[in-house]
Amino acid sequence: MNSARAAAVILFAAITLYAVFGGADFGAGFWDLVAGGAERGARPRALAEHAIAPVWEANHVWLIFALVILWTAFPTAFASITLTLFVPLSLAAIGIVLRGSGFAFRKVTLRTSRRRLLGATFAFSSVIVPFSMGTIAGAIASGRVPNGGQAGDTWSSWVNPTSLLGGVLAVAACAYLASVYLVADAHRLDDPELESYFRRRAVGTAVVAGAVALVGIFVLRNDATYLYDQLTSQALPLVVVSALAGLAALALVLRGVHRYARFAAAVAVATVILGWGVAQWPYILPQSLTVEDAAAPSGTLNALFAVFGIAAVTVVPSLILLYVLDQRTVLDPEASQH
Amino acid sequence: MTPVHAMASLLAVDPVPWARSQMAFTLATHIILVPLGVAWAFMTLVANHRAIRRSDPDALRLAQRWSKVMAVTFAVGAVTGTVLTFEFGLLWPNFMGRFGGAFGVPFAIEGIFFFLEAIFISIYIYGWRRLRPWPHFWTGVPIVITGLGGTFAVVSANAWMNQPSGYTLDSAGKVVAVDPWGVIFNKATPYETIHMLVAAYLVGGFMIASVYAVALLRGRTDHYHRLGFLIPFTVATIAAPVQFMVGDWAARSVSLDQPVKFAAIELVPTTASDVPETLFGYLNAQGQVTGGIPIPGLASFLTGYSTSTVIQGLNIVPADKEPSIAEVNLVHYCWDIMVGIGSLFVLLSLWYGLTWWRRRDIPKTRWFLRIAAVSGVAAVIALESGWVITEVGRQPWIVYFVMTVTQAATNNSGVWVTFVVIMGVYAAVIAGTVLVLRAMAQRWRRGDETESEVPYGPRDLVAAAAEDPVTR
Ligand code: HDD
Ligand code: HEM
Ligand code: HEM
Repeated sequence: MNSARAAAVILFAAITLYAVFGGADFGAGFWDLVAGGAERGARPRALAEHAIAPVWEANHVWLIFALVILWTAFPTAFASITLTLFVPLSLAAIGIVLRGSGFAFRKVTLRTSRRRLLGATFAFSSVIVPFSMGTIAGAIASGRVPNGGQAGDTWSSWVNPTSLLGGVLAVAACAYLASVYLVADAHRLDDPELESYFRRRAVGTAVVAGAVALVGIFVLRNDATYLYDQLTSQALPLVVVSALAGLAALALVLRGVHRYARFAAAVAVATVILGWGVAQWPYILPQSLTVEDAAAPSGTLNALFAVFGIAAVTVVPSLILLYVLDQRTVLDPEASQH
Repeated sequence: MTPVHAMASLLAVDPVPWARSQMAFTLATHIILVPLGVAWAFMTLVANHRAIRRSDPDALRLAQRWSKVMAVTFAVGAVTGTVLTFEFGLLWPNFMGRFGGAFGVPFAIEGIFFFLEAIFISIYIYGWRRLRPWPHFWTGVPIVITGLGGTFAVVSANAWMNQPSGYTLDSAGKVVAVDPWGVIFNKATPYETIHMLVAAYLVGGFMIASVYAVALLRGRTDHYHRLGFLIPFTVATIAAPVQFMVGDWAARSVSLDQPVKFAAIELVPTTASDVPETLFGYLNAQGQVTGGIPIPGLASFLTGYSTSTVIQGLNIVPADKEPSIAEVNLVHYCWDIMVGIGSLFVLLSLWYGLTWWRRRDIPKTRWFLRIAAVSGVAAVIALESGWVITEVGRQPWIVYFVMTVTQAATNNSGVWVTFVVIMGVYAAVIAGTVLVLRAMAQRWRRGDETESEVPYGPRDLVAAAAEDPVTR
């Protein structure tokens, strides 16, 4: 594999990790948003907060990674994307500030009225951000971000059938992922009531996401023929795997096999992202800029590979340490420092 | 003109000044959080160390609380930093499109450091109740190291904008080869990164110490508050003289590497020897030095240890390649402010150091605490001034003598909208941060503490369920 392609693979790997980990975070915010009034929603909310707390920030570093890889390895593509998609990117950026600070502040605030305001900010932006990201993906995939400066239209590039499909699908996928994860969490905490609460929602969102995907096939056939052709040829295996994994996750959730359900749900979402990548191959901006043409000089790419290697050997063990601590019980007060 | 067209032309505002303002505003906000993220972990570990070594419960309490506040400021630093990442593309797409392959390299490295920092802050907070004292202490050390590494990486990216190197252009001006080491270790990297790292400890130390100085002034003079003052204040007063020397080195290097910026700093319109150091003067509309207090020959002397040292003036480049008169004046004012505050800090360090050496105590007069109480704000002002010097002094270039800011900017006319929205959102975020920190302090004063109250902290479902008004 040449280095431009390797860089593109790393880029899509980062986007996929963001979708799977960050996506579940956004989804937890979605369930927070629709959990109902302060009293009725208290327990689902507490579980959702509980589930994302230790890693909520680390999950979003994947986005930083993806952006930095994009601008470092494919600078011209980055410029075209930011010029054409100024509006949805700005929405996403502002949403991220509101989401992150809303969450952090709510965790520290105890008074209910303030918690409610902060919680609403957090939850609402948890929906806006993935929706914007989805429209951005749709815009790029459908070839509406041509190479060469501000070549695409400021509005129609991301307000169009494929982008809207992308936005809705992104929100649905986040909600689906989160509910499957939360079923498992509720189970681990021995809370059958919340377990069935989120199980119902997992099934519901699975059906919705599946339906959106089916409708999407027709949307793409009319609106993004290149993408459609590729999805039904070179990316077809991934589309099939995604559908199967989605069905498997559904079955596993219903039968209460949580660990594998989680895994299957993550595969279902990951293959959608990878399918998108494969479908627009060899283009980074479909039909106007190929991966090879967009790539930065080899010195840059080699530096990126080195960074990627270092990240793999440092970040993974530290994340494992964190998860181990998270599962570990509190030391008895004699031994600990409290 | 139809109303629609009138509307359209009203909205079609030149994006460049708005982009510059937005970049400046968001960076100026982010940079306040940086010293806390970088230096606080170190001070927390000092307290933690003392807590274990001397079985000091007050030090332990400080370390635990600091680690929690740090989590809040880190979280706000992270979201405001994410916005900056977007802004590089949204505001300066042509810069990124042309130089992303070079400028991006240090940011890729920074990514690892931030990731590890976020993870280890979490580990450290979790560890309070899950690890034994010494292993737990050691899980805090990576936070300090990653803070240093992250700062080094970002600031080396900034240094590259001042002294671009490590890339080759073809005849069309396209980057065709990149040498990552040449990018990271450009000529400005050594002095800029070290100056910023010392600044982080200096600003972080004074900021935290000033909170406890206020507490001491209000009569809360117990061991806990004294310790909370002494640890950060000592760190800051060690950093202050070091910063003075590093700043001197930076200034001398800038006079060689970036003579136009240096001319703006020292207010030198035309190349000359025996240049005076003009305190608070300015250039008038004709570009002549006006007002202020000139100290004869001092600028020349400080630059080359002799009053006959020649300093290159703004006139070495054509007017369209140097900062405007207003920009020169801004740079010069900020210079006087930064160096003035830096010099006062050196005096403050001496006072504190001598008193401590003689009596093992802080100076007795309340004026000492009053000065310490404003040192935090003063340090932030110095920090912001330094950045204005660096950034505005580089104008009109985004990449020194290679690309101008106008060439780099987006042509999206909607930047003024995002600027206005971002101002509003940031105002809310800043207010939120202040309110939340105050609420935490008040709660602690009442003595209730849980470990789940912080963003990176462990999850405490039992507590959440207990708060739940609906019984199970
Ligand atoms: C609290 C902070 C602080 C203090 C007390 C000082 N500085 Fe500073 N200065 C900064 C914080 C700072 C900074 C962190 O804000 C900058 C901006 C970019 C950089 O590398 O450091 C800076 C920039 C900066 C520059 C421009 C570097 C460039 O553009 O490449 C010079 C020449 C100096 N400083 C010199 C000094 C001198 C002679 C000081 C003597 C007292 C001094 N600084 C005190
Ligand atoms: C233009 C420039 C900058 C960009 C694009 C930027 C980007 C970022 C990003 C993306 C984060 C969040 C990382 C995460 O999610 O964990 C962050 C946080 C941080 N940034 Fe910046 N940053 C910039 C300027 C600076 C400067 C000048 C410094 C230091 C001198 C700095 C130091 C930090 C630190 C230490 C953090 C961690 C948060 C904290 O400790 O408060 N940044 N920045
Ligand atoms: C590592 C960190 C930083 C990087 C990479 C960076 C990068 C940039 C870029 C790309 C611009 C726009 C182009 C230009 O005007 O040259 C800019 C402008 C600016 N930045 Fe920085 N910056 C950094 C840190 C800071 C900080 C911490 C401040 C705090 C005050 C700051 C203040 C400004 C100002 C005032 C401008 C506008 C200058 C003008 O247009 O007159 N910068 N910066």
